[in-house]
Amino acid sequence: MPSAIRFSGVSRHYGNVKAVDGVDMDIAEGEFFAMLGPSGSGKTTSLRLIAGFEQPTAGDIHIFGHVAQGLPPYKRNVNTVFQDYALFPHLNVRDNVAYGLMVAGQAKAERYRSAERALDMVALGGYGDRKPSALSGGQRQRVALARALVNEPKALLLDEPLGALDLKLREQMQEELKSLQRSLGITFIFVTHDQGEALSMADRVAVFNEGRIVQTGTPEDIYYRPEVPFVADFVGSSNVLPPEIMRDIRGVDAYGALRPEAVRRCDAGHDAWVRNVSFLGASTRVSMQVHGVAMTMLLPRGAEIPAVGSTIQVCWQQDDLHVMSR
Amino acid sequence: MTEQSAIMDRQGGLMGRLSDALWRKPGLLIFLLILPPALWLGIIYLGSLFALLAQSFFSVDEFSGLIQYEFTLKTYRELLRPSNFDIIIRTVVMAAAVTLGAAIIGFPVAYYAARYARGKWRAIFYLGVMLPLWSSYLVKVYSWKLILAKEGILNWLFETLRLGWLLNAYLAIPVIGGNSLSVSTTGTFLVFLYVWLPFMILPIQASLERVPLSMLEASGDLGARPAQTFRHVLLPLALPGVIAGSIFTFSLTLGDYIVPQIIGSSRRFIGQAVYAYQGTAGNIPLAAAFAVVPILLMAVYLWIAKRQGAFDAL
Amino acid sequence: MRSDRAPLGLKVAATCGLAFMHLPILLIFVYAFTTEDKSYQWPPPGVTLKWFAVTWGRTDVWEALGLSLQVASISTVIALVLGTLCAAAVSRTRFFGRETISLLVILPIALPGIITGISLRSAFNLADIPFSFWTIVLGHATFCVVVVYNNAVARFRRVSGNLIEASMDLGANSFQTFRYVILPNIATALLAGGMLAFALSFDEVIVTTFTAGQQQTLPIWMLEELVRPRERPVTNVVAMVVVLVTFLPILGAYYLTRGTETVAGQGK
Repeated sequence: MPSAIRFSGVSRHYGNVKAVDGVDMDIAEGEFFAMLGPSGSGKTTSLRLIAGFEQPTAGDIHIFGHVAQGLPPYKRNVNTVFQDYALFPHLNVRDNVAYGLMVAGQAKAERYRSAERALDMVALGGYGDRKPSALSGGQRQRVALARALVNEPKALLLDEPLGALDLKLREQMQEELKSLQRSLGITFIFVTHDQGEALSMADRVAVFNEGRIVQTGTPEDIYYRPEVPFVADFVGSSNVLPPEIMRDIRGVDAYGALRPEAVRRCDAGHDAWVRNVSFLGASTRVSMQVHGVAMTMLLPRGAEIPAVGSTIQVCWQQDDLHVMSR
Repeated sequence: MTEQSAIMDRQGGLMGRLSDALWRKPGLLIFLLILPPALWLGIIYLGSLFALLAQSFFSVDEFSGLIQYEFTLKTYRELLRPSNFDIIIRTVVMAAAVTLGAAIIGFPVAYYAARYARGKWRAIFYLGVMLPLWSSYLVKVYSWKLILAKEGILNWLFETLRLGWLLNAYLAIPVIGGNSLSVSTTGTFLVFLYVWLPFMILPIQASLERVPLSMLEASGDLGARPAQTFRHVLLPLALPGVIAGSIFTFSLTLGDYIVPQIIGSSRRFIGQAVYAYQGTAGNIPLAAAFAVVPILLMAVYLWIAKRQGAFDAL
Repeated sequence: MRSDRAPLGLKVAATCGLAFMHLPILLIFVYAFTTEDKSYQWPPPGVTLKWFAVTWGRTDVWEALGLSLQVASISTVIALVLGTLCAAAVSRTRFFGRETISLLVILPIALPGIITGISLRSAFNLADIPFSFWTIVLGHATFCVVVVYNNAVARFRRVSGNLIEASMDLGANSFQTFRYVILPNIATALLAGGMLAFALSFDEVIVTTFTAGQQQTLPIWMLEELVRPRERPVTNVVAMVVVLVTFLPILGAYYLTRGTETVAGQGK
């Protein structure tokens, strides 16, 4: 598939602060791509580099084959859905959505027709006369989406677009965004710090840490086959086993990752000293000390709950202990 | 979906190219924006201030009365003569008294407006401070001429209440008293207090509004009585506002020449001295030297205020 | 829980404070109708509308009013341009010297008016510039900049950043962004700043006494009457009209900026 966005050794430094530091990335056309990482990891700066709000201090950015450096945002056919939506407070919903067409010089009747179509698409038909301040958070989110999509961008950039919504609405919007992307077939690039969001929506995920991409792959890769301890810890809250212990129990000199749900109680396995037990509803989380390392185990409903302070035996399938490559 | 290029080059023309240039060099845009105001204020205002400063180092020839354009400290020596020095001391004392008075009267108004006034009353209090602040300075001074006049409302009030003897006894006190209130230092003080009071209230109100209610509740929760909360929590937090307000009341009183000219005794203040020396006396160097005094005083005052963190409340 | 009712003492003190600020101005309204024309006698011996007619017929009042309106209009326009440019620059970026610029804008109003006045006068003297209509405007515009600046800079801060980026992202270049996003969002703040600048200039007397030659603005006219009273009832009527005229822009500015930020009046 042809490349939509390509980063080659891209850096964005502010003095000594390396917001983005030597990032290589290739996003394919039509892909739903997530940039995942904690705050300050460089994911938002990378998005802003694509949109043109920032300029790289080193490296090359290609947008659909064109060199993007030196190109102002208004000359890039990519559109952004901002974290706080950035709807124009002085314009009503219709004029907000039609803004891009207006500055492009489209006639009023024509651009209002397109705006109505875009609003219908996000299920806000008939809301055109309202002011953004009269809308709920979820509705503003949809207006921001319609305002970006009405310009028929080659790629849509979404900066934590669901961050301000409550849980239920967030889950609903996740599905809608996903089906929207499928039906439009354009590239979606999505920034989030929520691993669940990234895993459930994206075709591919790039995990950012300290200005660099530490792993890129499908959600399954990221979740089950983390390459570095950071990914294992950040994405899945996996148990990370240091090389010293991996040498003893597996005979390899590398970090290991073990999902909490893969750990279970057994009669003869590893000694585990129970430090804390928390009831989570569908399961129970047990925090333990195993071979001197902190480890957690998720017990399904109905399982016998160990007493805090007791020592129990835990096991796992050999396959479930993933050996990290770095 | 129509096929669109990833790069749009529809914005040609001069404006488009200029926009691109400004986008590429944000510094150029800032420079172009800042140039006109910086030139105006830099040349006209700062230039004038330097002209003033320069004048204060010239002197007036005692015989011919002409200004000698040569560097000298003679004018500053003249400034420190007892009669002139008295003017400076008198002005500073008045400015301090006005500041103190404004803080005492202004604080309850600001406190009530910030803490208790809600809805309609909030707007009323806000406008209640803004309208006097912005209404005509001269009219405000004039209204006090009406109030303080011998045949005016205040005397009438004292007479009606059979308290005329009290007023007369007060006016008999030297320095602050006088023939009538309108020609006494007390009158000058009252008018200064009146015209500059709103300048004290607004910053105090701003600083009090920034104190979260939960902080007062926390203090009460920890066992402080309301008076203790006021003393140990509210007052320290409002202090920067008081200092910010005092910058205005102090500075404005230091430089005023109209209020003491219209209401007050014959004892002069710095502003009057400046006005008189530059006007009828034609001694611009001495007027300039006098004008440097408030600048120096304010510089010291601002330096102290800055160390107290008062600028956050401005 | 603390009760949310104010203590009585505070209520009384606050009310007295407000009354202290307003009663003297109200007194002006009473005096405009008095029949007494030689002294400031209270209570007024009688009520009349005669002095309104007398004032209406005075050409010197009309000339002073006309000059004040002209000076205030032109100074406001200059202050609007300079103040907006300055606010735009200061709010846009953290450039070197932005604190200096803020200080420079505020200085003409932070320093006592007499300093601004005598500085300008000595500069005009040194540069051999004769006093005229334009020297008055020069002074007024200089201290009016801060009022526009204060109003505009707060609003600019809210508009900057995201909305500008959103506009450019949607294909608008710098000029389109200014025309369609920035200007509509700062318009009311500019209008409010302009009104306050107008009120400030219309009322200014201290700087004007130093920068005016033979010209008489309305405040200068009033000052003359205060120092050397000629016809007191006319002064009373003019004072009342001035109060009414200056209230309008202040109320206007208040309603324009209500609920967004405080009218930046601290820098008068």
